[in-house]
Amino acid sequence: MSDLPGVIGVNLSTSDTASAPPPAPATPSRCVEIHHERGQHQVFCGLTGIIWLHRKIQDAFFLVVGSRTCAHLMQSAAGVMIFAEPRFGTAIIEDRDLAGLADAHRELDRVVTRLLERRPDIRMLFLVGSCPSEVIKLDLARAAERLSATFSPRVRVVDYTGSGLETSFTQGEDACLAALVPSLPATTDTTPSLLVVGTLADVVEDQFRRQFAALGIARVDFFPPRRSTELPAVGPATRFLLAQPFLRDTAQALERRGATHLPAPFPLGAEGTRGWLQAAADAFAVSPATFTAATAAAQDRAERALAHYRPQLAGKRVFLFPDSQLEPVLARFLARELGMTLVEVGTPFLHRAHLAADLALLEALPTTTRLTEGQDVDAQLDRCRAARPDLVVCGLGLANPLEAEGLTTKWSIELVFSPIHGFDQAGDLAELFARPLLRRQRLAL
Amino acid sequence: MQLTVWTYEGPPHVGALRIATAMQGVHYVLHAPQGDTYADLLFTMIERRPTRPPVSYTTFAARDLGGNTAEAFKRTARDAVARYAPQALLVGASCTGELIQDDPGGLARALGLSIPVIPLELSAYQRKENWGAAETFYQLVRTLVEPVLPSPATPRPPRAPGVAPSCNILGPAALGFRHRDDLVEVRRLLDALGIRVNVVAPEGATPADLTRLPDADFNVVLYPEIASTAAAWLTRRAGQPATTTIPIGIGATREFVEEVARLAGVDPAPVLARLAGLPPRRSAGAAPLAPAHARLPWYSRSVDSTYLTGKRVFIFGDATHAIAAARMASEEFGFTVVGLGTYAREFARDVRAAAARYGLEALITDDYLEVEAKIAELHPELVLGTQMERHTAKRLGVPCAVISAPMHVQDFPARYAPQMGIEGANVIFDTWVHPLMMGLEEHLLTLFREDFEFHEAPSHLGAAARAPGAEAERAAESFAPSAATTASAPPDAAPSLPPSAAAAVSLTPPVAPAPASSDTLSWSSEAELELKKIPFFVRGKARRNTERYAREHGLALITVEDLYDAKAHFSR
Repeated sequence: MSDLPGVIGVNLSTSDTASAPPPAPATPSRCVEIHHERGQHQVFCGLTGIIWLHRKIQDAFFLVVGSRTCAHLMQSAAGVMIFAEPRFGTAIIEDRDLAGLADAHRELDRVVTRLLERRPDIRMLFLVGSCPSEVIKLDLARAAERLSATFSPRVRVVDYTGSGLETSFTQGEDACLAALVPSLPATTDTTPSLLVVGTLADVVEDQFRRQFAALGIARVDFFPPRRSTELPAVGPATRFLLAQPFLRDTAQALERRGATHLPAPFPLGAEGTRGWLQAAADAFAVSPATFTAATAAAQDRAERALAHYRPQLAGKRVFLFPDSQLEPVLARFLARELGMTLVEVGTPFLHRAHLAADLALLEALPTTTRLTEGQDVDAQLDRCRAARPDLVVCGLGLANPLEAEGLTTKWSIELVFSPIHGFDQAGDLAELFARPLLRRQRLAL
Repeated sequence: MQLTVWTYEGPPHVGALRIATAMQGVHYVLHAPQGDTYADLLFTMIERRPTRPPVSYTTFAARDLGGNTAEAFKRTARDAVARYAPQALLVGASCTGELIQDDPGGLARALGLSIPVIPLELSAYQRKENWGAAETFYQLVRTLVEPVLPSPATPRPPRAPGVAPSCNILGPAALGFRHRDDLVEVRRLLDALGIRVNVVAPEGATPADLTRLPDADFNVVLYPEIASTAAAWLTRRAGQPATTTIPIGIGATREFVEEVARLAGVDPAPVLARLAGLPPRRSAGAAPLAPAHARLPWYSRSVDSTYLTGKRVFIFGDATHAIAAARMASEEFGFTVVGLGTYAREFARDVRAAAARYGLEALITDDYLEVEAKIAELHPELVLGTQMERHTAKRLGVPCAVISAPMHVQDFPARYAPQMGIEGANVIFDTWVHPLMMGLEEHLLTLFREDFEFHEAPSHLGAAARAPGAEAERAAESFAPSAATTASAPPDAAPSLPPSAAAAVSLTPPVAPAPASSDTLSWSSEAELELKKIPFFVRGKARRNTERYAREHGLALITVEDLYDAKAHFSR
């Protein structure tokens, strides 16, 4: 379980995709070292995505077909007791299902029927595969087809997998959205329209909507929508921007529907947001003057908010454990906009094509960035302890033990659960990293 | 397949983790996919333990399923032993690991490790967390103790003269409800009796400590859910008797003291004196820090507590805490127990027997919606339950105190807050009484309901409980569609819906309006106003009862008189 040597430079001129191994770079990159690591992963599985997806799509229910562990994960990770009526649940596979005493499909039909009777407000049901359902090869696609026929037109049933065997953490959202893409209505309209892909906080979505309107881009849709009945149409004139860096399969599925991906840095921080909006502006032939007029004020606000946190964060050394695949983007933001020093940037999975713009910005740094794809948590903890960074960004399982060792930590999960995208959240994003350091200073303990 | 929205217990391997995490020098190698590592946060976040739990997960992925998983297991086990140097290794599989049938026990044995390897078979598709904890503790004890015991036929030698009696304390584990503080309190009792504590396990014990278990004269079992299997084996195999009383509450603590004194052959009198009913008079020269004295007996007899009399209380939790709470509620608070239940099916028999003592049928279920429906139906004045019942009670506007796992970060208070022993009884008195309204406060609210400063739903449960007054009332109505009690009516006046039907109602979104109940009926404006004077959480029922009464009596317009006729009718 050792760190595989092999420093692979990022060749930004090629359009490599994740499915194909990256071609050897013509000139080895100086500034981004990519290491691959295998070993114990300390990352949630894709089921966890349900925690935000079930709030985002207000008339959808997520039914995990799994074990007691799946149910326990969901309630432990989410603290779901705060929700009176979570729109997710688990159909727990029991001994009798495994022993063939009960027909799993018939059981599933029974559970779904009961559920939909109780929840007449549900218009879309996701059957979510788990590790156990994958291993016993329970065919949820067949089940979804059958149940869709039964409950159509009231309820549409869609399946995807959130299994930890296939997905880590945010990849669950990718799997969910990719499964929805075939359901998107087709359009042959030749007027270009913009699709923003990836769950965003409602408030951020509204901000972006206003910003695109100011740019003169009239036809903008967000995916996933807030209601399953408002699925955006997609066709050859669709241009899409990814709002999140973990949407490999969704992007491919959209491309298969004829849509065109607009490469861009991800909209975290002022620089990222500007680049992201610029990509849309370029695709929709927005004039530079209009772009400046539409974005200058917000960008200025973002710069001012960041200036407030820069003195607290500049020069501080940060170590990011892999969690949500947002890490390279966050690293770019922390290094370039706040002057932090990157000790190590972990990510469960690195999609080089989607991250090309962000990696290019990391390349432009005067220092070398160590990017680790995958994880061997014990080895990574050894490196972290040896480096004694000023701030460690890590998951909930590691945070308190590292604090107890005298390190200062930021829970990474909060970054997925907070509005952090866009100009007006740049300061909030910086604050999330400044707060643990500030707290350290305040406490006389 | 079982539809679950929320569960009281985790999977059995989480129970095993609770044992491994409690102990020192044990490591657990778990054959599990990525994602199962979430279990670490139970310990590092909920319990705020400052170290990672001693577990290595293989985190196998889909690409390994072709045949690399067994190799991954062996590598993980070897690495874990090299890195953490445990004295004993637990090996097992989570639910997914179980399905791929790699036989972690066999694989670990094949490694030829120099430490004991304990394979765990936890039946993930059948069993749950507490069972997993009990089984793991039993397997550890059995594997480590068996080799040091004389042959089964050998009688236990009597204790040598002049040697102090000793016991082991079995049960305290990681992620246990107040285990940390209970342990301190029980140690105090044993110290005061002159009984030496030989080994505490699993909390804080090493595998080497477990081999010393047979040295004690007897075992104190604090949490049967975790320790009863191991204790029964020690009784059988090592001839050690085990205690059966759980010292929660004054009466039970008294019996516990008598039980351990009998097993140890010591005099219980000095400790029993501290459990007496009246506070000791301060005598001149008394030490300012006298040993803790039970305050519950006097506080409960003090006249301000008369308002507690007959308060209707609903109890749900693990078996140990639910049974103990019922006894305390009934005998030490003067409450009326109107419902008692548990999610621990393994202990259903004990809870049924306890419920029978209060003339009740126990509610045995792990479906919180069924519990919720029962609470709504019974309309208790206090709920003693888990964090889930706290949540339910908050929604229904009923005061609640938490008495049992599953654990929430709030269940690890910074202060010393045991449930067991003398201080435990004191803590419980405060915990249960504080959510209730004090006598005069309650009277004033009833007398002067119109006071503009009184909220729609007077409560000191906090803003959350009272803010959506109208919504809470609607919820109360929809949660108890046909339970026919008013505030003063006995619960048995109520024909109740079957739980499934009630649960179906509660599964509809809380914002859904209550189904229109009055078709041809109407209320006079005076009667509507009068209805508003009824406490909000029973108003829905009062409305339904009155309407039912009106229908049965062929009334079209409900007057104030009809309202009171209905009240009299249903409180027969």
